[in-house]
Amino acid sequence: MSEDAHIALKDLHKSFGPKRVLNGLNVSVDKGHSLVVIGGSGTGKSVMLKCILGLLQPDAGSIKIGGQEVVGLTGPARDAVLSRFGMLFQGAALFDSLNVWQNVAFALIQGKKMAKAEAYNIARSKLEQVGLGPEVANLFPSELSGGMQKRVGLARAIAAEPEIIFFDEPTTGLDPIMADIINDLIVSCVRQLGATTITITHDMSSARKIADDIAMIYQGEIIWQGTAEEIEDSGNAHVNQFINGLADGPIQMDQSTA
Amino acid sequence: MNPLAQIGMVVRALFEEVGKLTVFTKNALFPGLVPPTYVRQILQQMLRIGYNSLPVVGLTAFFTGGVLALQIYIGGSRYNAESLVASIVALGITRELGPVLAGLMVAGRVSAAIAAELGTMRVTEQIDALITLSTNPYKYLVAPRLIAAVLTLPLLVMIADTIGIMGGYIVGTRSLGFNSGVYIKNTVDFLEFGDVFSGLVKSAVFGFIIALMGCYHGFNSRGGAQGVGRATTNAVVSASILILAANYVLTSLLFTE
Repeated sequence: MSEDAHIALKDLHKSFGPKRVLNGLNVSVDKGHSLVVIGGSGTGKSVMLKCILGLLQPDAGSIKIGGQEVVGLTGPARDAVLSRFGMLFQGAALFDSLNVWQNVAFALIQGKKMAKAEAYNIARSKLEQVGLGPEVANLFPSELSGGMQKRVGLARAIAAEPEIIFFDEPTTGLDPIMADIINDLIVSCVRQLGATTITITHDMSSARKIADDIAMIYQGEIIWQGTAEEIEDSGNAHVNQFINGLADGPIQMDQSTA
Repeated sequence: MNPLAQIGMVVRALFEEVGKLTVFTKNALFPGLVPPTYVRQILQQMLRIGYNSLPVVGLTAFFTGGVLALQIYIGGSRYNAESLVASIVALGITRELGPVLAGLMVAGRVSAAIAAELGTMRVTEQIDALITLSTNPYKYLVAPRLIAAVLTLPLLVMIADTIGIMGGYIVGTRSLGFNSGVYIKNTVDFLEFGDVFSGLVKSAVFGFIIALMGCYHGFNSRGGAQGVGRATTNAVVSASILILAANYVLTSLLFTE
């Protein structure tokens, strides 16, 4: 792991009551790289992202974005860090009360105080970039299919041209073809921006397509990290079990949560 | 289990809740009310909270005024004091029943709607999305609702007072046989500015309670559809109880003579 990593998490701990979710997690991503974090449900993937964004406060450890420590930042300092991020949420998390273009332009109008007409034009071009025509701009999120909501969510994530983008299970709930289309869009949008990305997923075909590097999280720790090619023959029994989807292996699903 | 430990747990949970509510209120007021404010959001909420509550509040006030006239007439006739109907209706409506009943009706409508809306935004990660888009959810979601409710409840109560007194007037003149001119004169002569004003002050406080309970329970809802349902119920119940408690405190501290 290089010293000048764009995002560096060191010895991150987070518990909810007696439940230890992150247990000394270390991971780093270089500038312009795409890291995919794989792992089963409830292993701490989402908590890791929420800690980086400051939606959750880690109990201990350090999170550095471009060398700047961000744990504990609040107010304007936190806003300044957040303005460098974009995020695509699992359920797209579009604002129901706003139409599609207002959703896409939200960060531009509320955050950057851009004039409406200008923001509208940018929103239109971002929508085009994710394959949505102008007829969608004035629809409301509830009128869209799941795949279209994901596209709008992606357009919103890239609208302010962030340097870091997070994808939370981008293909969950989509059919395999739509999932592949979203994967392609993610790759092309990220490449165009040159952004650093972290994607969390348990969909291996998505991981293989998006990733430069893959890390596997298990019981709140990164147990393996390597390039996308190396994972096929990682020599790690946990990783093998996960990427081949086997019920038998060292990872035992807790029956009560399965 | 040790009964003392159980009592302790309940007491601790109560204090924890009070603490959380205090921090929530502070966050809503401090970053929330500092400019720039979202004027559009405030106007939108005023329309929803105020204008859309007019039918419910109007009907409540009308029937309450009517029934008050009937009851006071029955009670008054035992002491040959039927002539007091007009003045007591006016006093009862403006000081007490207008603000409290309007507050309770709006609590049912608005606290529930706010809790359901913010609760759904919470469980579908829309509140997290707001934060990642560099927007403070207290400022964007909570403060406009608080401001709108504090501003609109007194307006609603003014209308409720008017309609309630009119309800009493209609019952009084149509079925109790009062002379229309005398009834109006009794109402106007007896009513003081302080009566109306105290009701309006109360209603502004009730508006704050209604919006705060809706926002607080919605904002902190957890666990999908069931969690949102629970938040909605809690918002309505806690808003109603707090309104009645605040009403007693305000009346006894500020508005007794």
